[in-house]
Amino acid sequence: MFQEVGTTEMGDLIINVGPQHPSTHGVLHLVITLNGETVKKVEPHLGYIHRSIEKMCESLTYRQFIYVTSRMDYLSSHINNHACALIVEKGLQIEVPQRAQYIRVLLDELTRIASHQLWWGAMAMDVGAITPFFHAFREREVINDIMEQTCGARLTMNFMVPGGCMYDIHPDFVKSVKDFMAFFRSKLSEYDEMVTNNPIFQARMKDVGVISKENAISYGCSGPVARAAGVVCDVRKLSPYDVYSQVNFEEALETEGDCFARYKVRMKEMNESMRIIDQLIDNIPEGDFQAKTKAVLKLPKGDYYTNVETARGDFGVYIVSEGATTPYRIKFRSPGFCNLSALDHMTRGSKIGDLVAIMGSLDLVIPDIDR
Amino acid sequence: MIQEKLLSICPAAVFEENTQWPTMNIDSAEWRKLAEALKNENDLAFDYLFCVTCVDWKTHLTMVYHLSSTLHRHTIVVKAKIADRNNAIIDSVYNIWATAELNEREAYDLFGVHFTNHPDLRRLFLSEDWVGFPLRKDYEDPINMIKL
Repeated sequence: MFQEVGTTEMGDLIINVGPQHPSTHGVLHLVITLNGETVKKVEPHLGYIHRSIEKMCESLTYRQFIYVTSRMDYLSSHINNHACALIVEKGLQIEVPQRAQYIRVLLDELTRIASHQLWWGAMAMDVGAITPFFHAFREREVINDIMEQTCGARLTMNFMVPGGCMYDIHPDFVKSVKDFMAFFRSKLSEYDEMVTNNPIFQARMKDVGVISKENAISYGCSGPVARAAGVVCDVRKLSPYDVYSQVNFEEALETEGDCFARYKVRMKEMNESMRIIDQLIDNIPEGDFQAKTKAVLKLPKGDYYTNVETARGDFGVYIVSEGATTPYRIKFRSPGFCNLSALDHMTRGSKIGDLVAIMGSLDLVIPDIDR
Repeated sequence: MIQEKLLSICPAAVFEENTQWPTMNIDSAEWRKLAEALKNENDLAFDYLFCVTCVDWKTHLTMVYHLSSTLHRHTIVVKAKIADRNNAIIDSVYNIWATAELNEREAYDLFGVHFTNHPDLRRLFLSEDWVGFPLRKDYEDPINMIKL
């Protein structure tokens, strides 16, 4: 699988980046063909963390399969669980209590902020600034504490189940979230001072890794990567689930399609997520946190597809059911996989130093790509 | 409306009933012709191929393509039946939707579907000397246990 480091007949240099490399944020292996410092081709080699989750799910029941999905995009684990809960609810026509819907959307948005915080720190580190990473982790820690308080886990949550949530929220949940919001609001302007307005950072990001709107659609890009190129694709807007149809927020859009546009989209999204949380946190209705469901769930024979907006984009679950207690076939449409497929297109012709900035701006999570 | 239009392109297509989105069943031989029409006809304009996958029905394989249009905001599901499981062949659509290139490699790797005219059909996740296609229903591997 490894290609020898060396030169081709054309005089091009072939180098391997990864699978162990700080800028790949996981076990991604890229074979890069270079002409001098200019990138001619980037070829991803995948599979270092491939666990065949889709095959595993074929022998797990509709209650069990949700737990493995936390281990795909581990920075959006709540949202992955949410998608799986939604598809089972759709198949069985389960009415989810309002309280559960509010809690789920609140947790989704907290997850999105936490994911974008980590990306922000890592992005700055990728282009050479170490300090923001520690700032980002300090703020993210507060969200992790809220998650731990609510569902006992900090990364692989397994909190959302078909019918609602596994438990009710902690009595301090509302207070903790409000404290965090007040704390983080002041930090976001610091983020801008520290990184966004920094001319060196901007020089590294602007006009780097440009992708056009047409190509972004053709490569199946979604989430901030597509929105930075001007594609309207926010699933929360296009096909709202739970209480997203009742909240006001704007879809973050940019048109340049470069690394800085992707950066701006994610920064805007953090603000919009806070707006959503503000609208919901005081109004969590009383009532059940979980609908009553049968002990054994069986989806009627047929096909089901549900998608949600994770921190990385359009995450879809496709289930083919034969009416049994386990799915006949399950497919996870992961946003990172399609975003990665555009990497070669984005990097061709740019310098090797820009490759790291482009990869950082794609916000890849490797277990999400490998599944 | 869209159904009539699609039937004029693929008269042999069978539409399923009571589905989330219009779902058409075709034969794998018709896929390339249909795909070009889906992308290029102005009133169809399916430019976003958001899910490519394969289902093993033990007697045959089915490629499932989920498509939507960012212009008209409609969605369609195409199921292309590949009758011969031991010699599964279907046309590649990598030059219609760029995302197909990597997704088709995944389907080749895990299901053993050969895509004609694919520029670089190799294993994607598994190593090149791997024997068998793990997501097929008859795949058994006692060492690397994936069935729980």
